[in-house]
Amino acid sequence: MSFIQVRNVWQQYGDQTVLENLRLDIDQGEFCALVGASGCGKSTFLRMLLGQERPHRGQILLDDKPLVAEPDPSRGIVFQRYSVLPHLSVLDNVALGLELPRAPLLGRLFGRAKAEARTQAAQLLRRVGLDHALDKYPSQLSGGMQQRLAIAQALIMKPRMLLLDEPFGALDPGIRKDMHALLLELWQETGLTVLMVTHDLSEGFTLGTRLLVFDKVRNDPQAPGAYGARITYDLPLNLDRRATREAVAALPAHVTGALKTA
Amino acid sequence: MRLINRKPGPSWRISLAMLPFALLLVAYLAGSAARLAENPQDKLLPSVVQMADAVERMAFKEDPRSGRYLLWDDTAASLKRLAMGLAIAAALGLSLGILAGSLPLFGAALSPLLTVVSMIPPLAILPVLFIVFGLDELSKVMLIVLGITPVIARDLEQRAREIPAELLIKAQTLGANTWTLILRVVLPQLLPRLLIALQLALGSAWLFLIAAEAIASTDGLGYRIFLVRRYLAMDVILPYVAWITLLAWLMDLGLKRLTRAAFPWYEGGRA
Ligand SMILES: Nc1ncnc2c1ncn2[C@@H]1O[C@H](COP(=O)(O)OP(=O)(O)OP(=O)(O)O)[C@@H](O)[C@H]1O
Ligand SMILES: [Mg+2]
Repeated sequence: MSFIQVRNVWQQYGDQTVLENLRLDIDQGEFCALVGASGCGKSTFLRMLLGQERPHRGQILLDDKPLVAEPDPSRGIVFQRYSVLPHLSVLDNVALGLELPRAPLLGRLFGRAKAEARTQAAQLLRRVGLDHALDKYPSQLSGGMQQRLAIAQALIMKPRMLLLDEPFGALDPGIRKDMHALLLELWQETGLTVLMVTHDLSEGFTLGTRLLVFDKVRNDPQAPGAYGARITYDLPLNLDRRATREAVAALPAHVTGALKTA
Repeated sequence: MRLINRKPGPSWRISLAMLPFALLLVAYLAGSAARLAENPQDKLLPSVVQMADAVERMAFKEDPRSGRYLLWDDTAASLKRLAMGLAIAAALGLSLGILAGSLPLFGAALSPLLTVVSMIPPLAILPVLFIVFGLDELSKVMLIVLGITPVIARDLEQRAREIPAELLIKAQTLGANTWTLILRVVLPQLLPRLLIALQLALGSAWLFLIAAEAIASTDGLGYRIFLVRRYLAMDVILPYVAWITLLAWLMDLGLKRLTRAAFPWYEGGRA
């Protein structure tokens, strides 16, 4: 069965229906780009996948099991803003993900374990091009660097699924291009399943192996909240890239780079 | 240029800051000189020399009856009460603020209580404190604690609520449980706010301290002021008030500097 199965999911707030009857199967390693008008429920869909909210009706299965109903390390997220912790340095922002699961009492590691976590975090930060800024605080970074940091922070957990909610929405076009390249490389290397919300259709076309379009098909002018959005188009994209990724996934672990083996 | 667009340069800024103080001082000196010329026994506006004498007597000569240096004894007693009150209030306020602000279940129970408790005028329950805790140190410290804890707790509760939900979710995806989330995300982000809340509560803390000392004490800055009031000893009262003001100002400055030095990410994080 598919990695993620969305079974007739509805979401509503009060009497406003936001999403109606979503049915979707997503395989491991797919890169889904989610597009749609503002306010049609894309972020809502990601929040449900993250476990931040429950569907009003229907069910989401992960590996045939009901989704854990609160955020956990198996699902990474990058928001448009507020993705990194302002009070931690770049290095600590990433090392935190190695410390928290292993230190349920103090939330931090000491001595050799700490040094190891920091080395590992520094390696990943080099991979996203932040090795020159390890000791900086996020407020001292540019928008693009902050998003690189947020991505590294999510990847250190080796999540099975990476959710991106307009991660590059606030970046200017040149930097956005660099970010696209980086994200694609990381996706190739890690075998992650990625779901990315974007307002930029061309971004969706360039990056995705699948494009999901959210739209309201029914509209009652008397009751604007009566109907929600559905997935109206589900297009396969960049088939070559999908094939490449599958080929890479078939390679033995020791040749596929630091991320997979780290 | 319009007035709203005119800004003082650095040297102007200092001169402008000094100006009101200088004017007040000149007005005082003139008033004092005029009154003393009319009646050398006048007590209301003592001259600088009279006040210097009083300071000399209080700070640098042993008190003939107790054999102690009163100003320093008073200062030590008051600062000890103040420090204890502030420390307890900070710890309580921080804990309550974090509980109420970041755990909805606790918030539901604590927020209304904090709101109501913060409406109680602390001085109105001072007699209760004296009855319950006796007339010694504890009741004075408790007055400060009761007076400023609700304010600090409510401020921090609000700040904890203002931490973007994204950060709390992010921390959970990084493997935090409730406890480590509070320890590594909420607490560090609230510590600079705590220092600022303390800075703002400092004025009230001094108020409660002086009030408690005035009513029931045998030492302390507030006790001394209210004691010598009986003899209209303005030459002691005015230097004491100036001393208290200086102490309060230094504490305010210290907290500000500490916030900056200990939390370098904080000011930048606002931008
Ligand atoms: N917690 C909530 N309570 C009530 N209404 C909500 C809530 N969250 C979202 N909504 C509503 O659900 C609708 C969809 O919101 P959502 O944020 O998912 O849209 P979106 O597709 O991500 O939009 P955008 O592209 O602007 O980010 C909006 O109309 C919003 O007002
Ligand atoms: Mg959105």
